Amino acid sequence: MNLTDEQLLDIYYWMRLTRAIDERITLLYNQGKILGAAFSERGHEAISVGAAGALEDDDIVAPMHRDLGAYLVRGLPAREIMAQHLGKVTGTSRGRDSNMHGLGDLSHGIIGFVSMLPASLPVTVGVGLSFWLRDEGRVAMTWFGDGATSTGKFHEGLNFAGVFKLPVVFICENNQYAYSTPTSRQFAIEDIADRAAGYGFPGIIVDGNDVLEVYEATKAAVDRARAGGGPTLIECKTMRMLGHAFHDNAEYVPDELLAEWEKKDPVAQYENALIEREVLTEERRQEIESRVRDTLEEAQAFAEESPMPDPADLEKGVYHEPGCYWEQQVNSD
Amino acid sequence: MPEITYLQAISDALWEEMERDENVFLLGEDIGAYGGAFKVTKGFQERFGPKRVLDMPMAESAIVGAAIGSALMGMRPVAEMQFADFISCAFDLLVNFAATNHYRWGSPVPIVVRAPAGGGLRAGPFHSQNPEAWFAHVPGLKVVAPATSYDAKGLLKAAIRDDNPVIYFENKYLYRHVKGEVPEDDYMVPIGIADVKREGNDLTVITYGAMVQESLAAAETLADEGVEVEVVDVRTLKPLDEETILNSARKTGKIAIVHEAYRSYGAGGELAALIYEDAFEWLDGPLVRVTAPDTPVPYSPTLEDAFRPNAEKIVEALRDLATY
Repeated sequence: MNLTDEQLLDIYYWMRLTRAIDERITLLYNQGKILGAAFSERGHEAISVGAAGALEDDDIVAPMHRDLGAYLVRGLPAREIMAQHLGKVTGTSRGRDSNMHGLGDLSHGIIGFVSMLPASLPVTVGVGLSFWLRDEGRVAMTWFGDGATSTGKFHEGLNFAGVFKLPVVFICENNQYAYSTPTSRQFAIEDIADRAAGYGFPGIIVDGNDVLEVYEATKAAVDRARAGGGPTLIECKTMRMLGHAFHDNAEYVPDELLAEWEKKDPVAQYENALIEREVLTEERRQEIESRVRDTLEEAQAFAEESPMPDPADLEKGVYHEPGCYWEQQVNSD
Repeated sequence: MPEITYLQAISDALWEEMERDENVFLLGEDIGAYGGAFKVTKGFQERFGPKRVLDMPMAESAIVGAAIGSALMGMRPVAEMQFADFISCAFDLLVNFAATNHYRWGSPVPIVVRAPAGGGLRAGPFHSQNPEAWFAHVPGLKVVAPATSYDAKGLLKAAIRDDNPVIYFENKYLYRHVKGEVPEDDYMVPIGIADVKREGNDLTVITYGAMVQESLAAAETLADEGVEVEVVDVRTLKPLDEETILNSARKTGKIAIVHEAYRSYGAGGELAALIYEDAFEWLDGPLVRVTAPDTPVPYSPTLEDAFRPNAEKIVEALRDLATY
């Protein structure tokens, strides 16, 4: 792989920023500042950052709630994500959707997701379809969990993508639990990647805690898709380190399993690797950490100072029409 | 003006929109080489090629999902459900994804889903339903149900050019049973505007889809009996043209609501509530609903005829109403 030191450090920055924001969201939730639910992507940083990093600017992504890193890498500002969590009008959805849901912004090539996972999957296939119809050489990518692979939408989407050889990359985050349900109650096979054979395209398995492995595999799949080679299913093996959402203490997960995966923490692992390769010096580490802190503190301050949505706007923007609520939002940016 | 069938009007609208805008494309089951289960897209693949008339796997969620994704990328997909009954297989993508997307993060989803609906063709429980109320309940969707060739063509063109998800219920019974004059020039029937198909001062029938013809036939019978019936074709179930409906309700004060769909929680309930809320003082009699009963759509002719509203049943209800 031909990543320069600066590119490697760039990946490190996104991993650290993702972890820092994730920890801050956890803190804010515990302080009661985030109403409703919120989700942690702790342990998934390598997948969201590594896969999103393999794309070009005009490619399209449809991440979900454990892909904070993908939103950040695509350029969605941390302050918008933080404001979204506090229900502020400056959040991406203007207070209309919660936590990571509805973080869609096509100016960053991001499609917001809905809770009926993986509803974004057939939609992403449709994005790939449009690229294929127009021969645009662009690629669409979506993320989903092990539980999502039990749905008809997974099957319909992958089958369709296979039939038309569409430029789509499917990133499956196998984190071993769908809410409280272990994969043994989700499917009768060991590896989700095996299913790709049934759709006529490659399915590969990567260590989902190794960001460079995720990046490398995804980059190969993206290149293949862009060249007309069709879709790829990439199964990233990882572990959900916290509950489904913060309210869930995940007592159903054996402690030993978490202890084992804690040793494989993707951020710490990558940091150590970069230190070992002498790419990450203490000076660079501090410089990156300071950028991460600045971004984080600015994001939280922005979110906390932002106003709540105006109830008078409640019924605006259900439909798109000239001069509607969302057109005014775009114009005011 | 040439007289064409309802089916031909739909076909012409699709053809002309595809000629007009290269972003318009069709996707569905058996629509390409075969020309569609009802031949609405016969000859389209020869003219527009296999990429713009896409034969899809038998997977409604994938079809609607693909429509949504390509629409987000600026295309104008028209998805065909082979039968409106099968739209339930794509329910999630329509009501959760397409319907909420604009409200939640501002990107419009300009898709059209064509749904051949309705009975009277001895097609049984799963090829005869009228599921418009399932969707008219959902904020963010538009729902239209044309009754004439003119409206079928004009509403489909408007649906394709609309920036929002539109579910277009085309009635299968009308396909070849209805003919009407349609201008050769490009025109649209605006979504959200009802049409008074017959004027009258004594009673109002509010209806749509296949029941417009039946209501007009019933109105003829009542006219012979000296009762003038106004027939309001709502044409669009969502957003509803409240003004036209209320104007007619206030004018006659006696209202029957007629639809082919099941009775409970159907569009009739919503129309009745609208009239009770905003035209109560003008009413001279109870609101009457003529609908299918709350049973699955039966197959056998004796059962289906008993199930499906028709001019005769409407006449009976209107005669009762006229006595108030």
